[in-house]
Amino acid sequence: MDAIVVKNLTKYYDGFLAVDHISFSVKWGELFGFLGPNGAGKTTTVRMLCGLTRISEGDAYVAGYSPLRELKLVKKVIGLVPDVSNLYPELTCWENLIFAGEMYGIKKEELVNRAYELLKLFDLMDKKDSKFKQLSKGQKRKLTMAAALVHKPKILFLDEPTIGLDVRSRRAVWSMIRELNENGLTIFLTTHNIHEAFNLCERIMVINKGKIIAAGSPTELKRRFSGSEVLEVSFTGEISIEEISQIPGVIKASRSGGSFKLVVSDPISVIEELVGKARSRRISLNYVNLRGADAEEVFLKIIGEEHA
Amino acid sequence: MLDEIRGAFYIAKKDLKEYYFKPPTISWGIAFPLVFALAFLLRGWEKDWLAPGLLTLSLFFGSTSMSAASIVFERRMESFERLLLFPISYLGVAFGKALSSFFFGLLSSTATVAIIWLFLSISPHDMMLLMLCIVGSALQFSSMGILLSFAVKDPAQAMTIFNSIRFPMIFLSNIIIPVSKLPHYLAWVSLAIPLTYSVEAVRYALIGSYDIVPPQISIPVTFISFLAFLYLAEIMIKRTIP
Repeated sequence: MDAIVVKNLTKYYDGFLAVDHISFSVKWGELFGFLGPNGAGKTTTVRMLCGLTRISEGDAYVAGYSPLRELKLVKKVIGLVPDVSNLYPELTCWENLIFAGEMYGIKKEELVNRAYELLKLFDLMDKKDSKFKQLSKGQKRKLTMAAALVHKPKILFLDEPTIGLDVRSRRAVWSMIRELNENGLTIFLTTHNIHEAFNLCERIMVINKGKIIAAGSPTELKRRFSGSEVLEVSFTGEISIEEISQIPGVIKASRSGGSFKLVVSDPISVIEELVGKARSRRISLNYVNLRGADAEEVFLKIIGEEHA
Repeated sequence: MLDEIRGAFYIAKKDLKEYYFKPPTISWGIAFPLVFALAFLLRGWEKDWLAPGLLTLSLFFGSTSMSAASIVFERRMESFERLLLFPISYLGVAFGKALSSFFFGLLSSTATVAIIWLFLSISPHDMMLLMLCIVGSALQFSSMGILLSFAVKDPAQAMTIFNSIRFPMIFLSNIIIPVSKLPHYLAWVSLAIPLTYSVEAVRYALIGSYDIVPPQISIPVTFISFLAFLYLAEIMIKRTIP
């Protein structure tokens, strides 16, 4: 069985349908992205899988256990990093980790070793005796992740892990997520940040208004939803813009100095045509740059298409 | 079962570290009962009547203030949910929270015990029974505090709500006015208040007499109400899950 299997999962809040009969699965060792705008149903889904929100309809299996019927077993094998860094402010980093470990019944000697290991891994050794409230936002985020890993969970749920972080802290958290996944941990990451999902995840599922509206690898999603790409070319000799505009697949062409900027729907066939035209004139291409659609444009397009 | 008790103990240990110095715990848990005790002493109240009430009062405020601090703060900071993610039952979580309040209640009452000992020169009628009554009362109040803290929706109003419940109890539960001297309808209200039974139990253990509730009833009631409040607190925790 896959690490996470979701079947017709549904959540109503007082009649409001927050998650609408969604089904999907996550493979062991996968870094899975659950992407959607605010209020799409991402956090509700994670909370249902972790037992923090009741399931209205459907079922799920997390590491083979049902949150409906075997919640205690689910809790033993998962770690959750919520969107708020919610450790105990008056406790030190060390005390927070030790408390988390004690609650999972880890033996003292093993727990001490594990706490040191996590502080080193998250680069927080010098903050060992600092209170949680004294840490920076980025450090708080790291310690919250460390506390979720103290019992060596099989699956880690990360809910908006970099929300509110500056660029440097965000990159540090991203590199930590990659490292954890490279070491075999299955990660379920929810985010509204398309760059985060595209940068980190092998597979992405897009949710909007409680429904799954798209799924695939970042490349697949880009290919499927980008629609058009921008091709910049220049030649060693003269060629007219009218001639280039007539090439099939060129949506729009413009000239800027000695180069052309083309909006194209099928870049490969356009490039082949351009090479052919250049050869027939005994000139050659001296610059080609293909820029894919921006990730945000892809995301808006996915959401927009669903709206339509 | 052992895992649940161990988990509850770790929650209690964490709470004591985390909330010992929180303003509501200090001001309402220690300072208020002390000031209250001194005020009554200076006004020259009859010591045999006053001592059991003061001891119960300090247990009452100590235990319930700690619950207010620990649960209300944690719910506001969203850290209460952390406890619900650990592999421990909701009853275990409620018990852990009650334990920390229980320990803090015991600790905060030591100042009052010292006053009773030093200024009122009262030696307990039955020391073992007194210890049992203190334990029963502290458990009862701590679980009651846990239950009350789930009724608080706005953390900023926590102490106002707590005190609006606690203060009427003081005047109706045998601490200041004997239940036997209350009008008939108020006596019934008094008998519905758990604090009355603790005061009566402590009074018997401390001075060997009681007002209207004999120790055979008052002492078991403290433990039974502890279990009832704990069970209700478990239901309240379940209800926090949307």
